[in-house]
Amino acid sequence: MSLLQIEGLNLAIHDYAILHDVSLSVGPGQIVGVIGESGSGKSMTALAVMQLLPEGARATGRVILDGQDVLRLSEAELCGMRGRVMGMVFQEPMTALNPIQTIGDQVAETILVHERVSRTEARERARQALARVELPEDRFPLTRYPHELSGGQRQRVVIAMAIALRPRLLIADEPTTALDVTTQAQILTLLKRLVQEDGMGLLMISHDLAVVADMADHLVIMRHGRVVESGPSPDLFHRMQHPYSKALLAASTHQPDRAAQPQDTPLLEVRGVIRDYATARKGIWGKPGTFRAVDDVSFRIRRGESLGLVGESGCGKSTLTRAILGLEEVQAGSILLDGQPVFTGHKPNRAVRRRMQVVFQDPYGSFNPRHRVERLVTEPFHLLDTPPQGAARDDAIAEALESVGLTADDRHKYIHEFSGGQRQRIAIARALIIKPDLIILDEAVSALDVSIRAQILDLLADLGDRLGLTYLFISHDLSVVRQVTDRVLVMQAGKIVEQGTTATIFDAPAHPYTRQLLAATPRLPDFENT
Amino acid sequence: MNGGGLMRAALTNRSLVIGLVLSLVFVGAALISFVWVPQDVTALDIANKIKPPSAAHPLGTDHFGRDILSMIMVGARTSIAVAVVAVVIGMGLGVPLGLAAAARRGSLLDEVIMRGNDLVFAFPSLLIAIMITAVFGPSALNAIIAIGIFNIPVFARLTRGAALSLWTRDYVLAARVAGKGAVRISAEHILPNVTNLLIVQGTIQFSLGILAEAALSYVGLGAQPPIPSWGRMLADSQTMISFAPHMAIFPGMAILLTVLGLNLMGDGLRDLFDPRIRRDRR
Repeated sequence: MSLLQIEGLNLAIHDYAILHDVSLSVGPGQIVGVIGESGSGKSMTALAVMQLLPEGARATGRVILDGQDVLRLSEAELCGMRGRVMGMVFQEPMTALNPIQTIGDQVAETILVHERVSRTEARERARQALARVELPEDRFPLTRYPHELSGGQRQRVVIAMAIALRPRLLIADEPTTALDVTTQAQILTLLKRLVQEDGMGLLMISHDLAVVADMADHLVIMRHGRVVESGPSPDLFHRMQHPYSKALLAASTHQPDRAAQPQDTPLLEVRGVIRDYATARKGIWGKPGTFRAVDDVSFRIRRGESLGLVGESGCGKSTLTRAILGLEEVQAGSILLDGQPVFTGHKPNRAVRRRMQVVFQDPYGSFNPRHRVERLVTEPFHLLDTPPQGAARDDAIAEALESVGLTADDRHKYIHEFSGGQRQRIAIARALIIKPDLIILDEAVSALDVSIRAQILDLLADLGDRLGLTYLFISHDLSVVRQVTDRVLVMQAGKIVEQGTTATIFDAPAHPYTRQLLAATPRLPDFENT
Repeated sequence: MNGGGLMRAALTNRSLVIGLVLSLVFVGAALISFVWVPQDVTALDIANKIKPPSAAHPLGTDHFGRDILSMIMVGARTSIAVAVVAVVIGMGLGVPLGLAAAARRGSLLDEVIMRGNDLVFAFPSLLIAIMITAVFGPSALNAIIAIGIFNIPVFARLTRGAALSLWTRDYVLAARVAGKGAVRISAEHILPNVTNLLIVQGTIQFSLGILAEAALSYVGLGAQPPIPSWGRMLADSQTMISFAPHMAIFPGMAILLTVLGLNLMGDGLRDLFDPRIRRDRR
């Protein structure tokens, strides 16, 4: 008998239909992966099980958990079940914990809410729960505060809270999306172990096919609030029927066609760059310390090349990007674009700057919401000595928008009228408008759904071929880097630890850190083109 | 959101509508008083002094026989003028200071501006206002300056706080990549995105300005006779409160309702501008 049985679940919020006839089941000890892109209704399905739906939501159908239909339970009965019968792990470990409570208290709190036990006993059980998520008390005392832990450790605390009462069902909504790959691999292993030990069911929600494919026993693929296909993993990968599932799989492994061959002349040269930050001083009279974010980094990008820069958060990728863009001065070393320094006499060199542009990660935060598209994309004109006026300006706007697959009429719209993928196209148009030689892509596709990501990668490859662009592709996602780059740099703690052609790095990594990164990257099961 | 949606959201926001109506009543009264008042407020009519409300004098008369309704209408002029100019002074100086502090965060300039603000904050505002009027003589103008000075740190802090978070946005980074300097970025990207906050704070400071003006006039340091002022009307009535309560009640109500209206309007505007709150209230 299954633990969770969802039958014909329909959900509407303010008369707007979100879910249509969703059915799935989770058995004890089973891991069910729910996969879908944004807006597919995967998170709403999870919230419907927890009955934590937003105001104005109406659910019909049956959601049977442990023999009871949660849609028909009162709020008081649900409170008794949440945390005790069903637990939940959220995406963002930074906001899921109360910053002013110790981790021991937070885990004990869950126990005290549900069971009449003494505070001492609750703490004892919190200690056990934290030990089970591999935060042993001798190294992580219960008196620690969340800010004293790393992102991965915080997520472990969140998991400890969810499993403290040994729930029958655990729901994990994108539990590793905010984490680095090596941390992600550890958290996934932990979840798997807990499922085995407790025999609980795990409903794991993710946008990343590879993450779920690795660990789920059963897959459910959702789109527009409907289940399009489901079946046991990994067999499902071999006999996918629905065109959407196939498209999703194809997009996840999409390889854009690239024709251009890099030339031998170097475009960007980075030599021995060091960037130090002053850290907070200790006491009023203490000396401020320094933190070396970028430590003696040297590399070259050839004209027409696509160079990948990979590393985990905090490795110095972003600092290096800012230095290359001339936004911050470096303490030592030089950055030359076509032989010209990016910084001359403590001032950024405008002649060099106008030859580089950047595309950022967040398609929602990269635009001033109060300006129209034409004003947004023409911002880099500020770098030109004689910016085009009148008809020439109109032509430039139209050309930039059309080259990224939008229409010239889109110039009059505001940014909120566009979807995430379209916004990223506008960001590329903004970068292209002054016809730069080098475009830095700072996690430019990380926030996009896989199918949109595939389109943007195709667009970038096409633009690279047509306009002879050089890319510096910065990402934490190794599978994307593999698809689009010629050479790869691996960065760890401010240093480049390995560099080589993409094929060499991925097939024969030399540095232990590179090997560790590759081993941690979730992979889709091998499937031949049958 | 398009203009029509914003308009509809504004009309369904109860505190905004009530606040707007109350505020407009007093602004309207002040404007009408320029062209017409029921009775001349400088004309004394001792024969009819301290009369309770009647058909001739809807809100009664004061101890000189002046019509209280007319006094309140003309007094609204003083209150509103003082508060408006004080808010303009506070915004005009405070917002640029806040923008500058945020643009050069962590620098000496930032420290100087913010510690200067702390200095002004450290003094009780009404005491300083009394000091200024004591030195330069009581007048509406000195009241304006005194109240205005205390608005500067309020706006400077608010602007700096909001601007700091905007400076970390990617679109600001994109503007820097486009070679734009701090002044340009502040004007093009930071200021338009803090305007909402400033409007909300502006209405609240406006109501505080009216209260402050009333308090200064009450102690005789605001607008001088014969210019009517709500605060002085209260002061004049206090010895007669036992047998002529209408003399205190009506000016008091005027102050209360104006301040209430402006605060409700500020609350409503904040809800309107903040889409998260708007969605929750639906």
